[in-house]
Amino acid sequence: MKKLVLHLLLLFAAVTFIYPFLWMTSASLKPAFEATSLSLFSSNFTFRNYVTVFQKIPIARALLNSTIVAGCTTVSVIFFSSLVGYALAKLRFKGRETVFSIILITMMIPGQLTLIPLYTFIVKLGWVDSYAGLIAPWMISAMGILIFRQTFVSIPNDLIEAARIEGASELKILTRIFWPLSKPAMVTVGIITFMNTWNEVLWPMMVVREQTMMTMPQMIAMFAVGGQAGGEIGVELAASMFLVIPLVIAYVFFQRYFIEGIASTGIKG
Amino acid sequence: MKGKIKEKNEKIGYLFVTPYAVFFLAFTAYPLFFSFYLVFHRWDLLTAPEFVGLKNFSFLLHDPDFWQALLNTLVFLLIHIPLQIFFAITIAMILAEKIFARTFFRAAFFLPVIISGAVVTILWQKLYSTDAGIINHVLLLMGLAPVNWLTSPKIAMPSIAIMATWKNMGFYIILFLSGLLNIPQDLYEASKIEGASRWQDFWRITLPLLKPTMLLVVILSTLGAFSLFIEPYVMTGGGPLNKTMSVVLYMYKQAFLFQHMGYAATIGFALALVILVFVLLQKKFLGAETEY
Repeated sequence: MKKLVLHLLLLFAAVTFIYPFLWMTSASLKPAFEATSLSLFSSNFTFRNYVTVFQKIPIARALLNSTIVAGCTTVSVIFFSSLVGYALAKLRFKGRETVFSIILITMMIPGQLTLIPLYTFIVKLGWVDSYAGLIAPWMISAMGILIFRQTFVSIPNDLIEAARIEGASELKILTRIFWPLSKPAMVTVGIITFMNTWNEVLWPMMVVREQTMMTMPQMIAMFAVGGQAGGEIGVELAASMFLVIPLVIAYVFFQRYFIEGIASTGIKG
Repeated sequence: MKGKIKEKNEKIGYLFVTPYAVFFLAFTAYPLFFSFYLVFHRWDLLTAPEFVGLKNFSFLLHDPDFWQALLNTLVFLLIHIPLQIFFAITIAMILAEKIFARTFFRAAFFLPVIISGAVVTILWQKLYSTDAGIINHVLLLMGLAPVNWLTSPKIAMPSIAIMATWKNMGFYIILFLSGLLNIPQDLYEASKIEGASRWQDFWRITLPLLKPTMLLVVILSTLGAFSLFIEPYVMTGGGPLNKTMSVVLYMYKQAFLFQHMGYAATIGFALALVILVFVLLQKKFLGAETEY
């Protein structure tokens, strides 16, 4: 009996978390006169709203921009963070502990402090409205370095010694031996970085004005605020769907990595 | 031979760390130092920066909009944190029992965490709409009066806090759940022998042992609250009557509507100080014995 009550409570809670997304999907497919109804079903489902989105804003371009920015940032964070993580875990050099302390300290600086000066720096570099401005300041992540360092430390040194005797370079040891042995760490860092970059809205809103350089979250936020959607709920939600669908598909496949990765690193989406 | 390997090793160590060194100098150290320059200057990015001494700071201290924004964040925190903790602990405790389809429930609660804040905000703006929103729709069906979720100066910020709680709850459920599963079961068994009720167990065992998790949750919610930006930007534009203006949104407006780079940097500087004080106070009062 108690079990049943608990399950019903959970089910009710879960519905309040899932229903809004189902409603959003359904409303994006409904004609305007039905868009505000509670029901998830309609006999008038249509792709009309999606067509309108393509007519009103360069959403295909925004999708391309988001893919380029999130993709490049993710590849860069994995590559450079694992490079530094490897040096910190397995190479001996003077100043290693200093570098490690600096990385720990940078994680405690509130981002709000450096945001405006960082923006003025991007202006000075002439990187406003460019991929460089969107990507460069996020190419290496302190959190990523820590995760890789921690994973690499537990890989036995014998493997490195054996590879060195055979004449392998350190870069080869990293990419051929350490990467394949650290897949969970790579997936975790990759997913968190991609998700955060894909969803990020404040930084693009600072460095991009040109509509052709906008990423998805920025474009749909401007679209909703600017009234371009003509106040049509279905059209605004259809635009949002383009941002949600890729992540939800990834979430279905890599759910465990999403949840454990985000929970273990304390980063919120 | 050994010495040579060591030397080579050292060179490669520096080589591998070089990209980070460049990155750190350009995108962390330089902005950090430049923020100390900016706070003493007036600069519109077009003309040369003008030294103004402490004027930015004295203006900030007497700027009612800045204090309003800070106050709004406190309102947000006072609603968001208790709500978050109450619901997240409750759901985590249910999930900690032997529950059917636990993975499904965990995944369902976590779904809003992975969705962009921009999308969640647009979605909730529709749900909250006074005339057409489905929340008021449901209230009417239940025979209750509709609420001006986003247009009433008193209710708008609580509405945003409720939305943020909904968005982040899955994350905190996971944190509490792993905290709960770490509590040794024999503590409960011993307490059962002593004849304690489950309510007593909760206050004497569960809650004290969840203290480290609680501190983490409070600090992360606070950091999140001080980053509030897109929610008021899309939903209310900071209104009605500036009651949902967040500090970051105010900083953004100073920088990008008025080109006050020096003043915007000063707001960021002050906000960083406030965050630091908050986190230190929370660590002091919620258990300094736990490092994390």
